[in-house]
Amino acid sequence: MNEMTSPTREERAAKLKGLGCSRKRVEDVRFTQGKGNYVDDVKLPGMLHGDFVRSPYAHARVKSINTEAAMAVPGVLAVLTAKDLEPLSLHWMPTLAGDKQMVLADGKVLFQGQEVAFVVAENRYAAADGIAAVEVEYEELPVLTNPFEALQSDVVLREDLDPAAAGAHGPRKHHNHIFLWEEGDEEATNQAIDSAEVVAEEMVYYHRTHPCPLETCGTVASMDKVNGKLTVWGTFQAPHVVRTVASLLSGIEEHNIRVISPDIGGGFGNKVGVYPGYVCAIVASIVTGKPVKWIENRMDNLMATAFARDYWMKGRISATREGKITGLHCHVTADHGAFDACADPTKFPAGFFHICTGSYDIPVAYVGVDGVYTNKAPGGVAYRCSFRVTEAAYFIERMIEVLAIELGMDAAELRRINFIRKDQFPYQSALGWEYDSGDYHTAWDKALKAVGYDDLRKEQAERVEAFKRGETRKLLGIGLTHFTEIVGAGPVKNCDILGMGMFDSCEIRIHPTGSAIARLGTISQGQGHATTFAQILASEIGIPADSITIEEGDTDTAPYGLGTYGSRSTPVAGAATAMAGRKIRAKAQMIAAYLLEVHDDDVEWDVDRFVVKGAPERFKTMAEIAYAAYNQAIPGVEPGLEAVSYYDPPNMTYPFGAYICVMEIDVDTGEHQIRQFYALDDCGTRINPMVIEGQVHGGLTEALAIAMGQEIAYDEIGNVKTGTLMDFFLPTAWETPHYTTDHTETPSPHHPIGAKGVGESPNVGGVPAFSNAVHDAFRAFGLRQSHMPHDHWRIWKTAHDLGLHG
Amino acid sequence: MTKMHIKLTVNGEPKEVLAEPRELLIHTLREQLNITGPHIGCETSHCGACTVEMNGKSVKSCTVFAAQANGAEITTIEGLGTPDALHVLQRAFREHHGLQCGFCTPGMITRAHRLLQENPNPTEEEVRFGISGNLCRCTGYQNIVKSILAAAAEMNAMKEAAE
Ligand code: FES
Ligand code: FES
Repeated sequence: MNEMTSPTREERAAKLKGLGCSRKRVEDVRFTQGKGNYVDDVKLPGMLHGDFVRSPYAHARVKSINTEAAMAVPGVLAVLTAKDLEPLSLHWMPTLAGDKQMVLADGKVLFQGQEVAFVVAENRYAAADGIAAVEVEYEELPVLTNPFEALQSDVVLREDLDPAAAGAHGPRKHHNHIFLWEEGDEEATNQAIDSAEVVAEEMVYYHRTHPCPLETCGTVASMDKVNGKLTVWGTFQAPHVVRTVASLLSGIEEHNIRVISPDIGGGFGNKVGVYPGYVCAIVASIVTGKPVKWIENRMDNLMATAFARDYWMKGRISATREGKITGLHCHVTADHGAFDACADPTKFPAGFFHICTGSYDIPVAYVGVDGVYTNKAPGGVAYRCSFRVTEAAYFIERMIEVLAIELGMDAAELRRINFIRKDQFPYQSALGWEYDSGDYHTAWDKALKAVGYDDLRKEQAERVEAFKRGETRKLLGIGLTHFTEIVGAGPVKNCDILGMGMFDSCEIRIHPTGSAIARLGTISQGQGHATTFAQILASEIGIPADSITIEEGDTDTAPYGLGTYGSRSTPVAGAATAMAGRKIRAKAQMIAAYLLEVHDDDVEWDVDRFVVKGAPERFKTMAEIAYAAYNQAIPGVEPGLEAVSYYDPPNMTYPFGAYICVMEIDVDTGEHQIRQFYALDDCGTRINPMVIEGQVHGGLTEALAIAMGQEIAYDEIGNVKTGTLMDFFLPTAWETPHYTTDHTETPSPHHPIGAKGVGESPNVGGVPAFSNAVHDAFRAFGLRQSHMPHDHWRIWKTAHDLGLHG
Repeated sequence: MTKMHIKLTVNGEPKEVLAEPRELLIHTLREQLNITGPHIGCETSHCGACTVEMNGKSVKSCTVFAAQANGAEITTIEGLGTPDALHVLQRAFREHHGLQCGFCTPGMITRAHRLLQENPNPTEEEVRFGISGNLCRCTGYQNIVKSILAAAAEMNAMKEAAE
């Protein structure tokens, strides 16, 4: 072969657009032309529309439901109530957390917006008319919206539960108590703290909020009575789990159910759960024999499906006078709302909250979490974070700041002297995790240097002086965060959802002419799987990413998988993809050796081909091998070139990062301005830097929203005060700052390609960075803790309470 | 409810529909005319996913009655480019990673298109203000702004070359 014209190894590698390439996204071609296919775009002949009558009360007995007038409304075909679902045993459904939840109000309602009746009509206008005509008689009951009061109150929220019987996670100590979940050594922790030189104590509240993807939840259910098949399209982050649950609930055999997640307009945890709308649409389709669509409106979405957080975290942290941390104690009062519908791996009722020792080498720690019922919506989803990891990161990063105040130390230095050192990995945390890899000091120093930390502190001190002299009304806050995430659930030995192990899968078919299709058990909601999984594969099997189709979301074609949430796609399905690719390569090696007439061991892999060792001019490309696999009889080798891998990860992955936010605060108006935001992420091997950067921008903006204004607020009688986008804060381009991104790269030692996942890191690290900036601005004036969200009013109030308004 | 006879032009094609007086334009487009590019994110005028152009202005079609669009010229994302000849903005959004889940994208690009008619040479600030009626939950806007500025530069260069 002519050396001059044959491409170099680097050129061949570049052509693959594999790992590390900022490949443009394949999805965008459709999306930019308005040709996405989201669930509300699904339109079937004769399709009906269903929607809910919802409770205006947070706690009330349902005395009667009269559907007569509604049935008389033109276009209304059916009105379902709990009575109609009861014969099918579908008036209640199991939750992911081992509790059960009403599908339609069964005798009482427990939160505002709860589903009471399901009206099925010819179109959405007729359904709305029908809803208005359903008459429901309620008798109001006392409302509990505060979890601390709920644990003291005589009012029984869940009359369906035997107060003496244990719940899914052990004994219940009160009729409104759900579980106590503990980890770590409480006695040793108390001992360490009680005997410490310095102790800081604080109540850190992470308020209730909502993932609020731009597309709400919805479904189209179509029961084909001719062939007995049920097809369900929907906003499902875990389509296979939905199929299994639908089969278990309905009794329809699993092979007769096909679940399809079409394009999903953002999920962020909102679309993990199973909601009454899905169940009612399926029942309505079975009853009417017609396809039934249910699309949630925005108010329903904010009021009823999938809140996040609502953790009251009481912390005690101790240290030596020099600042070496000696112990951490945390007790959480977790407001779960009316039903325990948290979306966590089943054995972890508080998710992975016990990652709350963070990035620090803390010798002894304890966590206890009390779950509590209140008259609020159920949910407790992982809003762009791995299960309860954002709460954990916020907790420890606030406690570090409070400890720094107690010690009179610089918070950056306090972090530095407590980081887990590089040589301590794999690191066993006091709360039972094995951190896979990290280099926190390097990341931290890089971040501090990038923002000019020392100069910022000088400027801040000068600003405080100027403020005191009356020369300015603006303060400067420097928000520091070093977070450690835990993602990629997870090892089947301890992670499951309703008994289904949390592995994931990939199936690859190489076509005879050297292109390929790969199908996965996950589903993209904007992460760009069709782009990035092809890149993993391209690097593994030497077929250009542009020649690989990625398909997800159709349970009839994709291999079983547990779906996309908790940043598990790259750690788990990404690993499955690499492993399936390696199976392809193993077979390809045999074929190549046969074609090259050498022993299997005499060929080696080189980017996109097998070459004869020591004779690189003798080779077979993957495309040539694929052709031979289908067209040539090779002794001892089956025809075809396909592989499937179900990957059970040996451990979680632990991405980390260092974020710094520089914020100006106007003490008179409570307004803030973000002057600089620097985000350094270490997500191990980087698959597509462009996509990573986009994920970081998006996650930071969600963090900005949460920290600075977004909340699901209730009044004392349980009315949702933030049920529309008028009141529920989503930042626009105008409020959103410019972000600077950076990275270090510490591969995961146990992941086939060393990747750790990144989509949720910016939410986990961003919230404490923004919040710490606010706190830091007021540190010189004695502020220790103020609760999020730091909207203008709350910041103004903080300034006022500190006496800064003269 | 009696239906009204409505004539309008959508993406250059004359259309006629029967609609109840209360029918919203977004529903007419999506359900009667099968134009599903514009999406519904709130139906309360906040999110901008339903943005279309009506008689040369950006409107949120969830807050316009079909009846109000009688006789109007409507342009949606489907009318901006064709698969073989994408609009500069459509290419720029892909090039600069201006989208993730894609749900806000049709409204966002349609809005950006009108913004660049109103102000062909916007600053970053003007772009941020000009698209502040359109929410995106995925991108953090940084790459959307970059896409729009890049498209503006390219459109201006094309205009200059043509002159
Ligand atoms: S759907 Fe029209 S603005 Fe949100
Ligand atoms: S790309 Fe998802 S909302 Fe903008």
